[in-house]
Amino acid sequence: MASLTLENIKKSFGAVDVIPGVDLKIDDGEFVVFVGPSGCGKSTLLRLIAGLEDVTDGDIRIDADSVAHTPAADRGVAMVFQSYALYPHMTVRENLSFGLENIRMAKPEISRRVSEAARLLQIEQLLERRPKQLSGGQRQRVAIGRAITRDPKIFLFDEPLSNLDAELRVLMRVEITKLHERLGNTMIYVTHDQIEAMTMADKIVVLRKGVIEQVGAPLELYNHPKNLFVAGFIGSPRMNFVEGRIDAVGEGAVTFAADGLPPLVLEGAIEGANIGAAVTLGVRPEDFLVTDKGWPATVSVAEQYGASSYLHCALPGDRPVLIHEPGQSKAGRGDVIHVAPPAGRWHLFDADGLALRKA
Amino acid sequence: MSAGTQFAAAAGAAVALPARIVEPFMYGLQRLLGIKRMPWVFLVPNLTAVVLFALLPVFINIFYSVSGSDRLYPWDRPVVGGANYATLFDCDNFLDPSTCSRDLFWRALGNTLVFVPVQVTAMIVIALLTAICLNRDIRGRGFFRGIFFFPVMLSPVVVALTWQWILQRNGALNGLISSAGLTPVNWLVFPNTAFFWSVFVTVWAHMGFYTIILLAGLQSIPRDVYEAAKMDSATPWRAFTRITLPLLKPVLLVVFILAVIRSVQTFDELYVLTGGGPGSATMLMVQYIYEVGFAAQPRNFGLAAAASLLLGVALLIFTAIQMRISRGGKDD
Amino acid sequence: MTEASMSKTDMSISDFLTRRRRRGRFGWTDGLTYAYLLLGLVVMFAPVLWVVISSLKTPANLAEFPPTLLPYSSETVVVEGFDQPLALFDVVGEDGETRRLAQIRRVGIQAQMIDPADPEAGRVLVPVETATPVRRVYLAFENYTNLLASSGNDLWRYVFNSLFITVVATLITLVMNSMAAFALSKYRFRGSNVALVSILATLMIPATVVLVPTYMIVAQLGLVGNLWGVILPTVATPTGVFLLRQYMLTIPDELVEAARMDHASEWRIFWKIILPLSSPALAVVAIFSILSRWNDFLLPLVVLTRRESYTLQLALASFQTEYGIRYEILLAMTTLTALPLACAFIFLQRYITTGIASTGIK
Repeated sequence: MASLTLENIKKSFGAVDVIPGVDLKIDDGEFVVFVGPSGCGKSTLLRLIAGLEDVTDGDIRIDADSVAHTPAADRGVAMVFQSYALYPHMTVRENLSFGLENIRMAKPEISRRVSEAARLLQIEQLLERRPKQLSGGQRQRVAIGRAITRDPKIFLFDEPLSNLDAELRVLMRVEITKLHERLGNTMIYVTHDQIEAMTMADKIVVLRKGVIEQVGAPLELYNHPKNLFVAGFIGSPRMNFVEGRIDAVGEGAVTFAADGLPPLVLEGAIEGANIGAAVTLGVRPEDFLVTDKGWPATVSVAEQYGASSYLHCALPGDRPVLIHEPGQSKAGRGDVIHVAPPAGRWHLFDADGLALRKA
Repeated sequence: MSAGTQFAAAAGAAVALPARIVEPFMYGLQRLLGIKRMPWVFLVPNLTAVVLFALLPVFINIFYSVSGSDRLYPWDRPVVGGANYATLFDCDNFLDPSTCSRDLFWRALGNTLVFVPVQVTAMIVIALLTAICLNRDIRGRGFFRGIFFFPVMLSPVVVALTWQWILQRNGALNGLISSAGLTPVNWLVFPNTAFFWSVFVTVWAHMGFYTIILLAGLQSIPRDVYEAAKMDSATPWRAFTRITLPLLKPVLLVVFILAVIRSVQTFDELYVLTGGGPGSATMLMVQYIYEVGFAAQPRNFGLAAAASLLLGVALLIFTAIQMRISRGGKDD
Repeated sequence: MTEASMSKTDMSISDFLTRRRRRGRFGWTDGLTYAYLLLGLVVMFAPVLWVVISSLKTPANLAEFPPTLLPYSSETVVVEGFDQPLALFDVVGEDGETRRLAQIRRVGIQAQMIDPADPEAGRVLVPVETATPVRRVYLAFENYTNLLASSGNDLWRYVFNSLFITVVATLITLVMNSMAAFALSKYRFRGSNVALVSILATLMIPATVVLVPTYMIVAQLGLVGNLWGVILPTVATPTGVFLLRQYMLTIPDELVEAARMDHASEWRIFWKIILPLSSPALAVVAIFSILSRWNDFLLPLVVLTRRESYTLQLALASFQTEYGIRYEILLAMTTLTALPLACAFIFLQRYITTGIASTGIK
């Protein structure tokens, strides 16, 4: 068990700065998820922590020890790879014990650890099989098991569920969360899937182009995204954005206007709202409520999910918006509905994309 | 797969004991040098052999070609400049080898210049035809593939002795001919027939290799491309020339380059089959190099090196042109 | 020609040129294909079969022209007053009667014969064309036993030399090439491209072109006439490195990283993870190495100058001149030399052909 500190970590491949400088503190026992679009540097960051890549500059500390120049094997971290990286020519048992044999651990201790990990992950009956004979989910468990036998201070997961089908992914998500509760180790988990991030993390780190955009608990990011990028990335389906300007600022309300749209009064106060300033209004699909006033939206496609409906609409000026309606919507193609966000369920971003803080 | 695994297991067992000693040694090196330098440790044995037996010889060969005497070691040899090249090119009339001081060189060169195009063309046409036949849905495909391929496995000496036995004066071929009421021919005694059989035997021995490559190329062309062509009402001949050949072009190019390089290097089979004879009718460049550098006394290493360098340069130019053409094709 | 038949012909030509026949129909193109393949069968296989058959013929049978299809041996008889057994002939006399006589010698178109049943009757002159030899099918395995007996330990020495060179060179090739391939596929390091290019560049250097300096280096190492003089120059095959590297590139780097996090040393990663996983490529490299080392001719011809260091191939080639007249020994030797590879081929055919097909390397 350990805490992890990244201090001004830099990584460049040749002339390309993949990570221009990252500071991060991860507490003991936390489940942290690095999330971001592909190429955002989240995997590189994980590999720097693992010791599979060398940092160009900066320091990595596990507890109080600097490990930036310690070989991967000696950092006390274990990694679950995206492809699982099980040794194909070894049985599950050999896969689990290979690392322990390498450090010349005593045989009884090895078999104790292997059977304990196998029991924990319910793969005892698979121990003599080879990876090829396992299903995707079973391989996943073996890969986690291999990490567990090493009893690491920190677990690292590199998109471990991306090779599983949707159903299995949901199952494994729950299992990894349970595993974290049981083991209590610090875990760092990389994914591009914001649902995984939302459901599993104690703390989400949103990355873009090697820069941390925001760090926080899942709902904090959902409710208070710091900028346009985080707002768009967290939440599914993604937030609707409408570009416009602030028309009027009143007591506990802001009026938003955009060309061709009727002005919309947004209830709730924000700091630093200047009349006439160019802003972007962000409203999540589930926050657009169908009312009798508000913006007219023409339904182009109505997707019925049964329990809820998604209406693909167009605002005047051909601005596409997506609206979530609980239950089964009665709206059909060509219908015009009126939508507006309720008090406080909207976000305004300034011209630089930064969120205007709610007062 | 299993045959390979078994083989690897057997090979592994044979080297298991030395490996036991190597492991601590290599681990020590890793401790000493760090992981970053380990790839060089892995490369050293192979690189040493490459430098010693491939790169170094090229440079020594260049020195040989500009030095004289029959001494083997470079430091014993006086530099003679371009004398060896001058000897090779010492001709009154380049179109008539007998006017050259080294007429054998020019005869071997002439023979090679005829042999290579003829042999390569025959090789590729026959190999392609065979590959097309083997690609069809026929009974006993594996068997026929094996039949066409197995001479590749035979040693050149065995190939040459086999055909010599058939082509000799009282051999099976003449037996067939005479029992058909025709006059037997002493195949390897006349320059033209000896040359023909030189081409035939080398094609016989190596075509299976190219057939396998071309067959793999044919099999990699997806069936639905032909079905699409059929839907586009392409005539069969057009399907062959516009689909099969273009899609096979990369493979054909590889086959062509390999065939030319190997053809130029032909030595073993003809050395045993005809010995370069009758006269010098089937002597190719490599045999000339061998004769001058090793068989003849005194050994003329300088001349052999000069001739081999010319051969190497010719091959290099050929490959460069080929690369150029194939790259030009890609730009289209 | 009707339209229907036109299109039918079209279809079969197209099938011929492009792809396979549909099941259940046997068109003329199939006939053509089979005809071609059968011709190929004869041309490719008959010569070798002929050598094997010939190697089982007696010297007398071999000397016959035109040659007989099967190995025959003449019936002989021992006649009083003659040291050697005499060959038996059926002779058709002028009266149309067939007599069985033993031939003493042939003089032009006449043959001196004697009746083995009645030697006292004296010699008779018989025109050759009236006499046909009496004989039976006979497999002269003594050619092989004679070969083994006459060359004695020499033959086993050649076999040992060939085997030693093949096995040792192949093992060294496998280890060295896979080590280099491992370095060039699983590490990113400065100079890796230079190393790769300089290894692959040797592909462009025909062995024959550098024959003289190679010999010089072998001589300088004191290895002329030594089996190691043939082994060392051939072990660093660029094709082997290339093939293994291409294969190792397909092994995920994550395995190496996982092993590294598992405290495995670099050698252990190579030996325990990468090498076992490369076994298909190793098998291909091994087969090609075995093939070319066993069949190698020019380098041994130049380096192995002493008779006791000869390989089978050198011995075979030298037999050609030494035993020039003793074809039965030469043929037996040829068959014996080809035999190991013939066996290997039967077992490894699939492997070899897929290996060649996937790499274009021999």
